[in-house]
Amino acid sequence: MNSERLNIRLPGLDLKNPVMPASGCFSFGEEFSKLYDLSHLGAIMVKAATHEPRSGNPTPRVAETSSGMLNAIGLQNPGVDHIVEHELRYLEQFDVPIIANVAGTAIEDYRMVADKISKAGNVRALELNISCPNVKEGGIQFGTDPETARRLSAAVKEVSDVPVYVKLSPNVTDITAMAKSVADVADGLTMINTLVGMRLGRDGRPIISNITGGLSGPAIKPVSLNMIYQVRQHLPDIPIIGMGGIADTDDVLDYISVGADAVAVGTMNFTNPYICPELISDLDRRVEEMGLAHLHDIKGRAYKTLQGSGFQ
Amino acid sequence: MKNLMNIKSQSRIADHIYEMVLEGPITSGMKTPGQFVHVRVPGSTEHVLRRPISIADIDRGQSRFTIVYRAEGGGTTKMSELGAGDTLDILSPLGNGYPLEANDHVLIIGGGIGVPPLYELSKQLNAMGVRTTHVLGFNSKKDVFYESRFKALGETHVATADGSYGTEGFVTDVIRELRDDFDLFYACGPKVMLKVLSETMDLDGYISLEERMGCGFGVCYACVCEKTDGEYIKLCTEGPVFKKGEIVL
Repeated sequence: MNSERLNIRLPGLDLKNPVMPASGCFSFGEEFSKLYDLSHLGAIMVKAATHEPRSGNPTPRVAETSSGMLNAIGLQNPGVDHIVEHELRYLEQFDVPIIANVAGTAIEDYRMVADKISKAGNVRALELNISCPNVKEGGIQFGTDPETARRLSAAVKEVSDVPVYVKLSPNVTDITAMAKSVADVADGLTMINTLVGMRLGRDGRPIISNITGGLSGPAIKPVSLNMIYQVRQHLPDIPIIGMGGIADTDDVLDYISVGADAVAVGTMNFTNPYICPELISDLDRRVEEMGLAHLHDIKGRAYKTLQGSGFQ
Repeated sequence: MKNLMNIKSQSRIADHIYEMVLEGPITSGMKTPGQFVHVRVPGSTEHVLRRPISIADIDRGQSRFTIVYRAEGGGTTKMSELGAGDTLDILSPLGNGYPLEANDHVLIIGGGIGVPPLYELSKQLNAMGVRTTHVLGFNSKKDVFYESRFKALGETHVATADGSYGTEGFVTDVIRELRDDFDLFYACGPKVMLKVLSETMDLDGYISLEERMGCGFGVCYACVCEKTDGEYIKLCTEGPVFKKGEIVL
């Protein structure tokens, strides 16, 4: 489906619609391509790539929590070279922009991955994973210190052939300080990554072998909405792809209302593998029903006053 | 892959153990015993992860299949409250099941909630003319189910850990006393049981593993297990059935 009222242009990205699967919840798309045509999607945020292959954390790696789940996969992936040669090549048959998630444990790792993966023909943007909570060697420090995050973003930007979106961690005391710190080097923000959490088993011990995991799913949506709302007050123009617990069309509208330009769907791809195409067609219907010329007519309505805002 | 199935019946068949019969066209795709379905907990988004449940019985003629599961936490308890006329959202069939080999006599070993997929396995083996002997282990008499169903297919022994029914002890205590020659074993049950069987059985065999799952179809990398050559593979798409010795237990 290509409906003009859902078209969105962001740096590097010409989106048919604002709905895309979030990194880590879609692998590299091949499994989902057997369920529906990936060309329907606005974009695809593929699973994180690291320079070397990673085998990830021991199991258990997931645990359900109320309206959410914890995961500590540990960035298992076959390494950037394999991803460029196989996984991304497979996706070339689909008419959909790819956002490649770049992860690492040192600035040089990130640069090597960004350099290689940004040259793949269908990669239109990078998502800089400075905030994976499940990698012990240091990913989290990049994501929680504004100055380090800015330096890393600048270093990656230097070598990338495509725009760089920085994925912000919610595990900070001041999300706007983080956002402002990277804003002058990043082409956009994606927010939020998972929240660090824990679940105990009946034996009184953490279920996840990594002890902590990243909390995702509908449980975190209020946190994400607030963070995007706050960041948007300080950075009115920076592109933001919002994510966290999107389960239905109302959730998509909420994210646009707090100022996101587009949205990513994560955990609910597991609950309902067809959620993205279902949301896209339902969203189009809703936007028409609301009498909007374009979805972005309601962008920011959560903080804009009615007067002069162009909608009622 | 996703389908709304109609629930034909549901009943409690042992302590916290429920048997649910479902009907729908997707049944025609179910062939190999040992495959599983991924069930969405009905209601809201309170339970975001589906529950992987093995297929216990397939009746392709009537487009029906049966699942047997333990109502342990909130999600499966919600499932256990459903009845005839309700629907259930499932992804199916998932995973690779047990290879059906034309042997003379095989040993089928189940532990607790690992027993259900072995019923369809035994049915299909018997239909091929393979003689099956079954050894089923449970914690206690109140946990025993499907004994008569297995008996209808072949010699069946039950062990309970507390000795309240059948042989006191574990499946291995029963197996030690068996005098027949077997060509192969098939097993499903707790990891510790599979480990002991893999180490002590002087037979080739196939085992079915369990792990906490996310998506169920190879996307999330939650349910990995380690092969003996050190590689991590996904249980949902590469398993859940593996050859004895293939996986580190």
